[in-house]
Amino acid sequence: MEKKKCGLQLYIHYISINVRSMMQYKSSFVLTVIGQFLVSFNVFLGIYFMFQRFHQVKGYTYSEVLLCFSIMLMEFSLAECFARGFDTFSTMVKKGEFDRVMVRPRNEILQVLGSKFELTRIGRMLQAIVMFIYGIACSEIQWTVAKVLTIVFMLVGGMALFTGIFLIYAALCFFTLDGLEFMNVLTDGAREYGKYPIGVYGKRMVQICTFIVPYALVQYYPFLYLLGRRTSGVYVVLPLLAILFMFPCYGLWRVGVRHYKSSGS
Amino acid sequence: MITMKNVCKSYKVARRNAGLKQACKSLFHREYETIHALSDVSFTIGDGEMVGYIGPNGAGKSSTIKILSGILTPDSGTCDVNGRVPWKNRMQHVKNIGVVFGQKSQLWWDVPVIDSFELLRDIYSIPEELYHTNLEELQELLDLKQLLRTPTRQLSLGQRMRCEIAASLLHSPDLLFLDEPTIGLDAVSKLAVREFILKRNETHKTTVILTTHDMQDIEALTKRIILIGKGQILLDGSLGDIKEGNATIDETVAQLYRSYNI
Repeated sequence: MEKKKCGLQLYIHYISINVRSMMQYKSSFVLTVIGQFLVSFNVFLGIYFMFQRFHQVKGYTYSEVLLCFSIMLMEFSLAECFARGFDTFSTMVKKGEFDRVMVRPRNEILQVLGSKFELTRIGRMLQAIVMFIYGIACSEIQWTVAKVLTIVFMLVGGMALFTGIFLIYAALCFFTLDGLEFMNVLTDGAREYGKYPIGVYGKRMVQICTFIVPYALVQYYPFLYLLGRRTSGVYVVLPLLAILFMFPCYGLWRVGVRHYKSSGS
Repeated sequence: MITMKNVCKSYKVARRNAGLKQACKSLFHREYETIHALSDVSFTIGDGEMVGYIGPNGAGKSSTIKILSGILTPDSGTCDVNGRVPWKNRMQHVKNIGVVFGQKSQLWWDVPVIDSFELLRDIYSIPEELYHTNLEELQELLDLKQLLRTPTRQLSLGQRMRCEIAASLLHSPDLLFLDEPTIGLDAVSKLAVREFILKRNETHKTTVILTTHDMQDIEALTKRIILIGKGQILLDGSLGDIKEGNATIDETVAQLYRSYNI
């Protein structure tokens, strides 16, 4: 327990030193935040114009799609903010900075996570929150405690899922020494496709997104529950299942570290 | 006490000839060459000893340091550092060692040095009291008072190196690895760093393993040198033994390299 507390304390310390570093470059921070906001705003415009022409996409209305997208975007932004260290991990391995991690008496993942927090993602988060509020205001969802809980679980599960994907990305760097662009299909790609409930892409896609990379668990199924199209309570806790996805990712990471120890960089 | 016995380590390195065509070819078929970074390396270093570990580039110095600090696992052989096997129990091991990589900084670039130190305090879970005593002492000996509140990026190389060394001693390790600590430093900084290392070894009985290409470092700091070349220990003795007449230390070592054909 003592050790856990200590780890958390160190994590907070890492956040604080990241914030302090960032404050050295104030204007860069502000501009990036605005940029992030605008990029997501673009996507929002895309949806808006689409719905000017077609009033429904496979039975989902404008406000429903906005709600769906905003939740996905929040999940992603949170994960990207806190797990950014994995995203920039390839440079860390290439430059041999991972050696430094290895000579410190702390968990490697904690140190890599601590190496970088991308607080500029607040911009994207902000855009997501605006859409979220708008989506809620326009939709006719009957809010219950269970539904609020569902959203919280979606955020937790989604963050875990994306963090897991970032972890795979980092683990592969041990073998390739380089970032792998194709992994972005699973992160940025998923974020973009996640605009619409996965159901619109057909049955095959839903299967893949349930059993292989479980996006549907944090997006499609609980979303149906939110809209009242499903009523079973199972849908509320389904997003939490996505946390299981992190275990194989962690396994891969362990293999990567072992590989690093035997071959160096 | 450090013992290394019959340690071997080899890497596979991809090779290809120059040119775009060859680069394309190597995408599909790669020729690997096995490099024996260390073959049958054995030595013992006592507590409180200061040892210069020298050899030409690519001789296997870093590989040895990496094995001793728990970063790499050797292919075969045994290694024991104060009763611990470095790569088996990494966390326990690294609590008691300090590593300075001359070419890689461990300080946070954009924040004052003291912020990095405080982070290190939490990383090593250094008790508050010990942290203050150590900081006080290091600050005194390395003359850091003015530097601690400056962001790392605004320090000169010599100032930064002094901070780096302090950073790796905050948790009072009993074993210190210095990998080219004086690289690129001016004469004043070099002397300051050397003087500090000597003093540290004297007062704290810290075991120091020093790799460097600067033979004045070796002359000033260590009585014992271990020479490695092509992955093998070629010589383990004192500087006095190999020095002939009036030859300078650089000439002596160059002569040594030539005689072993490395």
